[in-house]
Amino acid sequence: MAATNVRSSSFSRNISVVSSPQIPGLKCGPNGTTFISTGIRDLDRILGGGYPLGSLVMVMEDPEAPHHMDLLRTFMSQGLVNSQPLLYASPSKDPRGFLGTLPHPASSKEDKPTAPDPDQGESLRIAWQYRKYMENQKNSIDDYSNDFDMRKPLERQFLSGRPIDCVSLLDSSDLSVAQDHCATFLSKFPRNSSSIASVGRIAIQSFCSPLCEYSDKESDMLSFIRLLKSMLMVSNAVAIVTFPPSMLSPSSSKRLQHMADTLLSIKAIPDGDKELEKLLTGYKDINGFLNVHKVARINTQVPVILDAKTFSMSLKKRRFLALECLNQAPVDGSSGTSYGTSGSCSGSSKSGALDF
Amino acid sequence: MDRSLNLLDLALGFDQELADSSPLTGKVVLIEDCVETSGSFVLHQLMKRVLSPNSSDALIFLAFARPFSHYDRILRKLGCNLATQKTNNRLVFVDMLMMKCSDGEQTEGNASPVAKLFREIQETVRKLRSVTNSNITVMVDDMSLLEIAATSSNSDHVLDFLHYCHTLTSESKCSLVVLNHEDIYSSMERPAFLLKMVCLADVVIKAEPLASGLANDVHGQLTVLNKGIGNSGRGGSSRNKLQNFQFRIKENGIEYFYPGFRN
Repeated sequence: MAATNVRSSSFSRNISVVSSPQIPGLKCGPNGTTFISTGIRDLDRILGGGYPLGSLVMVMEDPEAPHHMDLLRTFMSQGLVNSQPLLYASPSKDPRGFLGTLPHPASSKEDKPTAPDPDQGESLRIAWQYRKYMENQKNSIDDYSNDFDMRKPLERQFLSGRPIDCVSLLDSSDLSVAQDHCATFLSKFPRNSSSIASVGRIAIQSFCSPLCEYSDKESDMLSFIRLLKSMLMVSNAVAIVTFPPSMLSPSSSKRLQHMADTLLSIKAIPDGDKELEKLLTGYKDINGFLNVHKVARINTQVPVILDAKTFSMSLKKRRFLALECLNQAPVDGSSGTSYGTSGSCSGSSKSGALDF
Repeated sequence: MDRSLNLLDLALGFDQELADSSPLTGKVVLIEDCVETSGSFVLHQLMKRVLSPNSSDALIFLAFARPFSHYDRILRKLGCNLATQKTNNRLVFVDMLMMKCSDGEQTEGNASPVAKLFREIQETVRKLRSVTNSNITVMVDDMSLLEIAATSSNSDHVLDFLHYCHTLTSESKCSLVVLNHEDIYSSMERPAFLLKMVCLADVVIKAEPLASGLANDVHGQLTVLNKGIGNSGRGGSSRNKLQNFQFRIKENGIEYFYPGFRN
């Protein structure tokens, strides 16, 4: 901040407002929103920064693909690494056991897939006065999000002594227990206009799972989500809820989708699909597809239109989760009909991008 | 032609010079949207129109979907300060986010929470009427959320609520603007709720994505069905009741244009 030059124009940037928030793991977004990282850098980039505080993220599961778990894992790990309190609910007997499967951030430099080599930076001839900005930029990015090694479990230091609340959705016959947990958890992060003291993360896995006793009471589930959303809007927290839409009636599923601020869905990729293999480059490495249906628009009426809606999920170096636009292999002239089935980046088809 | 009027205003009949300002007086407007295309921007447009400085109309806003801060920011970008309108008694913002209707807490006199809500609106309308004689608009920003909030007690209450609000429009010359999501009901065999709403409505505005998908310069299309416009005399019958045009949403307003006529 040495260069506070004299401002000649009356229109000047108000630095005090623009300055980044003090706590690590937060990023200022447009329209007075603040982002927290999704734990996947590519997803942060796609969503325009991450999940905005106060938003409800819904992920539609595919019964044939477990990748919604990866979204949950990276989301939770990122929160723990940034020492943000966490509430996790799932329909399993021992929800705390899931914490053992969380991925660990890639620590050493050579592990990072995207970080530029520091030595290379030295050899690059950049004007010396810009170097410190480079350094700053790198640091701020590292504070905000990490790359997670999906094969390495999260180390103890991030788990012990952290405020983690685990709830099993199995035991209770209705959702009041989960609702109380959410209410007490969120009451710790009230939204004040001035500053953000701390940020909470809520992860709810397989919300409408048939294992739960309340699974036949759709109206209860809907009103739980409605209240969760209402509570979120006045808190500095983000909740991510995954649900299997096939377990619900279509109208309830639509209602849930309407309530979501950010709506994602997971799609399995069929094994050994010859036609698809011809169409997509890197078909072998793709684990599944991620569809982005809705991007949160808080404090604005302008919708976010993405270039592509469908992304392939793959593991880079078998460790790092990466999301990419679908790359279509060049189609040979004879098989012109395959354009219709590709549905890659246009996002035009209403019923899922890929119809098999 | 007045440049300040856009296609939506024309479709709603804002170009006709009526004695009592708004063409929506005493009418029910239903906005339908879907997951892909939100129709909330129509609500913002109508809010701005009701609260415009040229008129003295009042607005009662029932917020189920978003808090005040959200609307405040959006409307400010559209050139309308909600906080000032609140102090001027032209806006009554009812925060319904945490509305709960559980079976357990029966309110006094067996009144359901929905009935209580209607009494509240009725009371507010009465109060506003005593101050001003201008048009009052009641807006509900998400009917489906009211449905969710009320279904744990009884789903019929929401329909009753709608009917009561409808009587308000005829009794005390209110307008009613309701947003609902159409695709929720698309899988039902006989979506009674939606059909009754469409039946009650004088104007149905439907926001849909383009069949060719989302694009950066065309965000979707609106279909406006204006049932009342033919009866208004003055050459109304020459106009098509059903209008279709496309829109692009911007921070400071909406661009409307006929398909293929965007310049």
